[in-house]
Amino acid sequence: MKVLMKGNDAISEAAIQAGCKAFFGYPITPQNEIPEYMSRKMEASGGVFVQAESEVGAINMIYGAASAGVRCMTTSSSPGMALKQEGISYICGANLPCVIVNVARCGPGLGGILPAQSDYFQSTRGGGNGDYYMPVFAPSTVQECWDLVFHAFDVADKYRTPTLILLEGLLGQMMEPLEMTKRPPVTVDKSWCTDGNADKRPRNVVTSLSLYAEVLEQMNIDRFKVYEEITKNELMVENSVKDGDTVAIVAYGTPSRIALNAIEELAAEGINAGLIRPITLWPYPYEVFQNLPSSVEHILVAELSMGQMVEDVRLGVEGKYPVHFYGRTGGSIFEPSEIAAKVREIVKGAK
Amino acid sequence: MSKVVYEKSRGLTDAPLTYCPGCSHGIIHKLVAESLVELDVLENTIAIAPVGCSVLAYNFFNCDGVQAAHGRAPAVATGIKRVIPDKIVFTYQGDGDLASIGTAEIIHAAHRGDNFTVIFVNNATYGMTGGQMAPTTLINQKTSTSPYGRQEATTGKPIKVSELMAQIPSAAYIERVSVHDVQHIAKTKKAIKKAFEYQIEGKGFSMVEVLASCPIGWNMPPVEAAKFIAGGLMPYYPLGCYRDIHAEGGSGA
Repeated sequence: MKVLMKGNDAISEAAIQAGCKAFFGYPITPQNEIPEYMSRKMEASGGVFVQAESEVGAINMIYGAASAGVRCMTTSSSPGMALKQEGISYICGANLPCVIVNVARCGPGLGGILPAQSDYFQSTRGGGNGDYYMPVFAPSTVQECWDLVFHAFDVADKYRTPTLILLEGLLGQMMEPLEMTKRPPVTVDKSWCTDGNADKRPRNVVTSLSLYAEVLEQMNIDRFKVYEEITKNELMVENSVKDGDTVAIVAYGTPSRIALNAIEELAAEGINAGLIRPITLWPYPYEVFQNLPSSVEHILVAELSMGQMVEDVRLGVEGKYPVHFYGRTGGSIFEPSEIAAKVREIVKGAK
Repeated sequence: MSKVVYEKSRGLTDAPLTYCPGCSHGIIHKLVAESLVELDVLENTIAIAPVGCSVLAYNFFNCDGVQAAHGRAPAVATGIKRVIPDKIVFTYQGDGDLASIGTAEIIHAAHRGDNFTVIFVNNATYGMTGGQMAPTTLINQKTSTSPYGRQEATTGKPIKVSELMAQIPSAAYIERVSVHDVQHIAKTKKAIKKAFEYQIEGKGFSMVEVLASCPIGWNMPPVEAAKFIAGGLMPYYPLGCYRDIHAEGGSGA
C-alpha cells in the first residue's frame, strides 16, 4: 500500500526503519521536517534525539555515537553542511560509519532557501582537510529518498565511511506516493567500536591522528583501497541513451525529471535525446561516457548551478564529445522548454 | 618479606608519557586513572582526548579512547553517552581547547545536563603549539603571542571558566583544584573521584578544573612553575567548589 509523503518525512521514517538509533541536528530550512519528525519518533523507537547547539556540535555528536557503534544520522542544508566539514573530515579519518543528509539550498553564503545543486563540489570533493571521499547518493523521487536511506546506512557500515544523501530542497518539500518497503540491515563486524566493553575485548581507540609520516601514509593508502572497492561495487547510474540518440543529457536529482520532459518534447519533433542520470555522484560513473551508442554527437549537462557536475562529465568524456552546459541558479528552476531549446541550439549549431 | 607500598595504576597503560619534565599532565592522568580503578569502572569507560598536549591521552588511559577535534570533545562525549548511558565517559581538555575554541560545546553540554565528566586542565597557555596566549593567560603574562605581556586593553581579562560554568542551571558539580603540592594533589584526587561518582549515580554534568603548570611554555624550572600556580594563578583563579546541586542543603553556588 502506498502512502503520500514528503521527501523529508520519508527520509526520517526510512532512517528509523533502517535502525538509526541516534539523530543529532540543528534547525535550518529546508530540512526542518527531519529533526521535527525525529524529535517526535526517535524516543518511541528506542533511539536518541538531540537538538545540538550548532551543526558543528551535531556532526561531533555523530562522531561520538558512530564511535560507540550505533547507526546514526544528521541532516542539514547547505550553509549548515559547510559547518559540518571539519567533523566529516575527522569521521573519514577515523573510519566511522554514519549517514549525512543535505537538503540543499542555494548559495554561496546565506544565499537563499530555494532549491539548488550548487553543493556538488562540497559533496563530492569535500570541504574538509585531507585526502578523503565519501559515497554521495542523489535521489530523484521520494521513493528513491526512502530506498537510498536504507542503502546509505548499509554502505556506511560495510565500508566504515560516512555516506551523504544529497537532494534539492524541492524534493525534501515535495509529496509523492511512497511504498514503504523495508529491508533488513547488512550484518557487519563492529568489534572496533569504543563502546566501553574493554572487560570483554582489548581496549579500542578511535582516532584520525598519526604523527608518523609512514603510518599516516599507510592509513591513507588503505582508505583509498576501500575507495577502490566502493567504486567497483557501489556505482549507480541510470542510462537511457539508446541507438539513434544524437544528444545525451546528463542530469541528477529532481532536475533529471525535468530533463525527461524535455526529451519527450524533442522526440515529438524528431530530435532524439537520452538521459544519463548518475545516482552516485561519488563514485562517479565516468565509464558511461566511453560506451555510448555511435549515434551520439553531443553531451548536454543540465544542473541547478553555474556548472559543477559538468567538470566530472568532461573528465568522463575525455574530449570525445563536445560537452555543453545549461544551468539555472539562485533558486531558479529550469522548465523542460529551456532544456529543449538548448538542445535545438546545439543540434542546429552542429549542422 | 617486602611489601608493595606503591605501584603504577593499572588505569594507565605502559606507554611512556609524552609530556615535558615538570608538566602536571602526568599527575592528573594518574589521579584520573586511580579514580576509575577505585570506582571499578575502568573497563567500562571511554576517554575522550582533545587537541593539545594531551592529544595522545588515549594512548595513556587504559580504557577505550576517542580523539576529538579541537574543542569538540563535549559534543563527542554527548554523542557517546547518549547512546550508551550505562558506560562512563569523560573528556580531558586543556584551556585552549575548552575555554577558547570549544566554548559553545562545553557550555551547551552543561546546559543539557549531559551526564559525563570533564577534566579541565588550566595551565594558562597553549602548550602544544608553543606557549601562545590563551583566554586564561594572566594579565602581563608573557607568551609567544603576547611577547610584552597580556594587555587588558586589547585582550580583556582572563576567562574564569569554573565561575562561568557555575551559573549553568543544569550543571551538577563544578570545582576548581590545583596540583602544585602534595596536599592539593590529594584534594584534586578527591574532587575527580567525586565527579565520577556523580556520573555513576546519574547526577549529571560534572567538571573539575585543575590548575596546572607548563614549565616549558612559562619558561620556568618545574619548582618555580609549581610556585607560580600558587602565587600567580591561584589569586586570580580561587580554588573551591563552585557548584554542587546535591550538596547538603545547598543548591549550587
